Amino acid sequence: MTVHGKPSRLGRMALIGIVLTYLGLILILPLLGLVRHTYEVGFGESFLALLDEAALDALLKTLYLIVIAVVVNAVVGTVGAISIVRHRFWGRSLLSAFFDLPLAVSPVMIGLGFVLLIGRGGLLEPLLQVLDLKVMFSFWGLTIGTLFVTLPFTMREVAYVLEEIGSQEEEAATTLGASPFQTFWRVTLPNIRFALGYGLLMTVARTVGEFGAVLVLGGSISGQTQTATTFIHDAIEERKLPAAYGMSLTLAALSICLLLGLEWAKKQRKLKLSGRHTP
Amino acid sequence: MNIRVKNLCKKFGSFEAVKNVSFEIESGSLVALLGPSGSGKSTILRILAGLESADSGQIWFDDQEATDVHTRMRSIGFVFQHYALFRHLTVGENVAFGLTVRKVPKVQAMKKAHELLELVGLGGLEKRYPSQLSGGQRQRVALARALAPDPKMLLLDEPFGAVDAKVREELRQWLRRLHDEVGVTSIFVTHDQDEAFSVSDQVLVIHQGGLEQKGTPTDILDNPETEFVARFVGEVNVLSSMVRGGEANAGSLRARLEDAASDGPAHLVMRSYDLKFWREDPGIATVERVITLGDRVKVQAKVDGAGQLVAQFPRRSTLLKGIEPGVRIQIDVTQARIYPSFSLPPQVG
Repeated sequence: MTVHGKPSRLGRMALIGIVLTYLGLILILPLLGLVRHTYEVGFGESFLALLDEAALDALLKTLYLIVIAVVVNAVVGTVGAISIVRHRFWGRSLLSAFFDLPLAVSPVMIGLGFVLLIGRGGLLEPLLQVLDLKVMFSFWGLTIGTLFVTLPFTMREVAYVLEEIGSQEEEAATTLGASPFQTFWRVTLPNIRFALGYGLLMTVARTVGEFGAVLVLGGSISGQTQTATTFIHDAIEERKLPAAYGMSLTLAALSICLLLGLEWAKKQRKLKLSGRHTP
Repeated sequence: MNIRVKNLCKKFGSFEAVKNVSFEIESGSLVALLGPSGSGKSTILRILAGLESADSGQIWFDDQEATDVHTRMRSIGFVFQHYALFRHLTVGENVAFGLTVRKVPKVQAMKKAHELLELVGLGGLEKRYPSQLSGGQRQRVALARALAPDPKMLLLDEPFGAVDAKVREELRQWLRRLHDEVGVTSIFVTHDQDEAFSVSDQVLVIHQGGLEQKGTPTDILDNPETEFVARFVGEVNVLSSMVRGGEANAGSLRARLEDAASDGPAHLVMRSYDLKFWREDPGIATVERVITLGDRVKVQAKVDGAGQLVAQFPRRSTLLKGIEPGVRIQIDVTQARIYPSFSLPPQVG
């Protein structure tokens, strides 16, 4: 550091070096290791292993969960954010805190909580029996687990942008004769669209990577409730290494695509808030 | 549209933002709600727009009660201090918004938007985005947008507050001309007395949520009904005084009162331009400072047995001859008013 408070060239390089080393250790080395091991067992064999019925089914389950999580969070996240930011009601801060709960509470714990609630002898078990609904160790369990862990992302992103933008444009639309419906579609939604996209991409990333909640609530039954992540876990347990590597690389590739998407959405959102923001 | 407001009250928590306000505004006039910040003037405007609801009181538009009518049914145009333009729409689309939400065909809406942009002097900028315009241009777009659905009244909340001083002056004159051209009943909120007096037909002075005085600019300048109004409009001097036989005495200073006044203690309020100073020994006051402000000069003096006074003179005034710090002077008060001494503490305005 120089006296002017600006880091010297050397200091700056050291700083960047530390960050890169750290990232290399926790991110890039493991990824390279994965690629190397896949290479050793053979890329062809690894990806052929994914054509196995169980593997395809696991990938498909993950895909279904992505679709459900995106659709539900798009609606719940937007409605939740608008209610919390734009309206004043009793219990508003409690509701806001509730949206953050999944960030603070381990998914495994929540999985356990759901098991106790809806599993054998649970409080809601009689109701589910009447409805003839099997939640535990079924696709429902996976869905509930996924929706729980993905709850905060979209809502937080949208709420942040709504707060930043303020309600004057919406008020202006109302004075110009727009109905609440028109105001939402023509003013609010265009303003939050990149935040919404960003939140949904985070939701996808979380859905793809989620392990604990889907394991506890789904049980990772091959061909029924196994997702891509629990498939990898089981494949390693069963020493089916090519399948585990193949699936891991597939997920890694998907994650990189998501990261690029997130970067793009972040830039757009920033543009929205700064470039087009009235001073 | 004629606007009538009766006993309007609004509280935010325990804070009384609007206290029992009643007034009437004639169709076609341009009215200013003038008051310091936090006086409740913006809240009154937002209640008229239906953006806030009053706790009690009633509003009539042209003898139709509008108290519970939804904002979007009130046919008002509202201009926000920070423009509130739709940032994702072009200037043309912004102006056309109030028409397209009413299902006016797009071609027709854009044609009207074009005419209005011509009217506000921004023809040809339809394809721009708000972020590509200056503050003054944005505010004119906001005005064109508010006028597009042919509102029966126009409400402007500190419309020139966010632009710089020179543009503000231009926009004021322009607003006056536009109003005379369009003729729509307009109410604007401002904390700037020059703005209120130079633009409006009528001024409503708002203080602590209540209406202090309503009148024409000259009315309010020449006959302030309360001490607050007297102090708020123009630079004034306030001294504690004793009234005796139609004359107020503050220390050695004597001021003749035009209106009948009962004897007793009162606040003596004098405008800085209603004072005459000239050099005289022994006189009644000592000059403390002489401050030159471009075309005017301010002279601060201490009156024997009373407080300080500030007087204003034109730069080349003969009255300034020999006036310099330390000299003794005589003071003539050309116009003065008194207010009950319990209303506000005396201080130099």
